[in-house]
Amino acid sequence: MSKALVIAELAEDGALKRATLSAITFAKKAAPAIAAFDILVLGAQTAAASEELAAHGAGKVIRIEDASLSHYVAERFAPSVAEVARGYQAVFATATSFGKDLLPRVAARLGAGYAGDCADVSVDGGKLTYKRPMYAGNVFGFCQLEGAVQLATVRQSEVDPSEPGGSKSPIEQGSFSSPTAAAGRVEYVSLDAVKSARPELTDAKVVVSGGRALKERFFEVMEPLADALGAGLGASRAAVDAGYCPGDFQVGQTGKIVAPSLYVAVGISGAIQHIAGMKGSKVIVAINKDPDAPIFQVADYGLVADLFTAVPEMVQALKR
Amino acid sequence: MKILVALKRVSDPDHANKVKVGAGGSSVDTSGLEWKVNPFDEYALEAALRLTEDGKTKAHEGEVVVVTLGNKDTETQLRSALATGADRAVRIEAEDSALDGGVVAEALAKLCQEEKPDVILLGKQAVDGDSNQVGQRLAELLDFPMATFAATIVEEANGKLLVGREVDGGVLTLRLTPPCLITVDLRIVAPESVYSKKTDRGFKYAEGVRFAPLPAIMKAKKKPLDVKPLSALTSSQALSTYGKFELPKARKAGVLVKSAAELVDKLKTEARVL
Repeated sequence: MSKALVIAELAEDGALKRATLSAITFAKKAAPAIAAFDILVLGAQTAAASEELAAHGAGKVIRIEDASLSHYVAERFAPSVAEVARGYQAVFATATSFGKDLLPRVAARLGAGYAGDCADVSVDGGKLTYKRPMYAGNVFGFCQLEGAVQLATVRQSEVDPSEPGGSKSPIEQGSFSSPTAAAGRVEYVSLDAVKSARPELTDAKVVVSGGRALKERFFEVMEPLADALGAGLGASRAAVDAGYCPGDFQVGQTGKIVAPSLYVAVGISGAIQHIAGMKGSKVIVAINKDPDAPIFQVADYGLVADLFTAVPEMVQALKR
Repeated sequence: MKILVALKRVSDPDHANKVKVGAGGSSVDTSGLEWKVNPFDEYALEAALRLTEDGKTKAHEGEVVVVTLGNKDTETQLRSALATGADRAVRIEAEDSALDGGVVAEALAKLCQEEKPDVILLGKQAVDGDSNQVGQRLAELLDFPMATFAATIVEEANGKLLVGREVDGGVLTLRLTPPCLITVDLRIVAPESVYSKKTDRGFKYAEGVRFAPLPAIMKAKKKPLDVKPLSALTSSQALSTYGKFELPKARKAGVLVKSAAELVDKLKTEARVL
C-alpha cells in the first residue's frame, strides 16, 4: 500500500502556514495510487500546528521538535525529513520558498526524483503523473518519476486548500536526525518580514497590480484602489526594477504566482513573464492607455484609458 | 576565491510564446527558437565576476570556471561566458535526453570534487524546464551549505558570505562559510547587490549584466575549454520522464468597456466578483 508524507510549513512563531493545506489536498488527489497520507511537522514549537493538522484526515501527524528548528534552514531540516521519508513512496510539500528550497535537497539525499511546482496530479497506468507548468507556463508537461520514493511540490494557486473533516488523526513524536557538517557552516541571521495590513498576494481573493506607467505615483494611485477592493497589492517586474515599489510586490513567473477571483492590471503592458504569474486568475481586468498592449489579450474586461484618471474614477465608482 | 558557475543553454524565453507542442503531444517543439544562456545563469556569472574583482578598478582576482552539459553547439554559450570574463570553461559532453536535474547535479558534484571551488553559483532555475532543483541537489551531494533565491551577496572581511534570500513575505539573511553554494534570483544584478571584499560599499554597479567588449570576444577564443564525457562523471540514469505535453487552454477574448463606471458595473452584475 503506497503512502505519502506531507511536509507542513510553520511560521517562525509556530503557526501553521495555510499553504500547507494545498499539499494535503494534493495528497488526497493522488488516490488511488496513494492509499493514505501522514503529515510531518518540524519546528521548535509544533503542538498547536499538529492539533490543527490532525483534523485533515491524515493517518497520523508526526511532530519533530528541536530548538535548532526554530528558524527554517534547509541543512537542519533535510536530514530529519529524509529519515522519515524513507518509509513512504511519495513526499509532498507546497511550492513556497520553503518547499522549493527543502524538497530538492531531500530528494538528493534520498537519490530520488523530484517534480517541482506541480499544478495537478493524476494516476496513469498505476503511476503518479505530475502536471507541471514549463517554459514560463506556456506548456504543461506530464512527468512521471522512477524510484522507491518520489518528491513533488505543489503550486498553491492551482490546488485548493484542504478542508478539515473526518476523525482526528493520532499525533506521534518523531525523532530528530542530527544534521551533517553543512549545517555548521550556515548561520541564520534574520528574517525581515514585510509588514502589511493588506492580504498576502498569494492568499488574496482580489489582487491589484501596477506597472511602470505609474512612475513615482505608484502608491498614491494604487493604494486607494487596493483599499476599495480589499485587495493584495502587486506590481510588474518593470515597476519593481524601476524602484517604484519593493521587490516582493512582483507578480510573474519570477515573482509570485497568483490566482485570485479578480486581478486588476493597471498600466501593465503584459510581458509573457507577468502573464505567467497571473493568468490563472478567474477574472482579469486591464487598464492601459495603449490599446495594443498584450495584456488586453488575456483580459476579460479591458479599459483603454489614462490610468491617472481611470483609477480614481474606478475608486469612486466602487465607493458608490 | 575560486567560483564555479553552471550554465544551461535554453531556447530564448523572450520567444516562449512561440513554444509549440509536437505532433501527438510527445515533445516540445523548439525549432526556430534562438538558443541563449539561461538568464538566471547569466546573472550567476555576473555575480561571480563581481565577487572576484574590485568593482571600481575591475582588477580581477581568483578564478571563475563556467560549466555546461550539452553537445558541441553549447560551446557557443561557453565562449560567450569566457568573453564576458570567465577564466576557463568545461563542457560535459551529454545528450539532453539523458539528463534530468538529478543526473546534472551528480555530474556537477563529481566535477566539483575535482575542481574544489570555494563557491558554486547557479541561476535559481532554468527558464525552459522551470524545475528549480539542480542547485539544492548539488549542495546536498557535496554537503555544502546553500542559499537559494539570492538577491544580495556580500563578502565579509573573514571570507564568509552574507546572503539575502528573497523568500515569501520578506528577505531571509544567511551567513555561509565557504565552500558553499548559492542560487541567484533576478535582483542579484541590481547596482548594490554584490560586493567582494575588495569593492568599496559605496560603489554602485551598472544595472544588469555586463557585456563582452569586442577584443575580449577575440581573446575568449584562446581561453581553455575542456571537454569531459558525462560517463566519466556519473553513471546515473534520469529518474523523470515526460510522456506528454500540452498547451494551456487559451483564455476567451474579453470585452472593452468605455469607462471606469461601466467596468465596475460589469464586475458587479456580469462577472459577479465584487
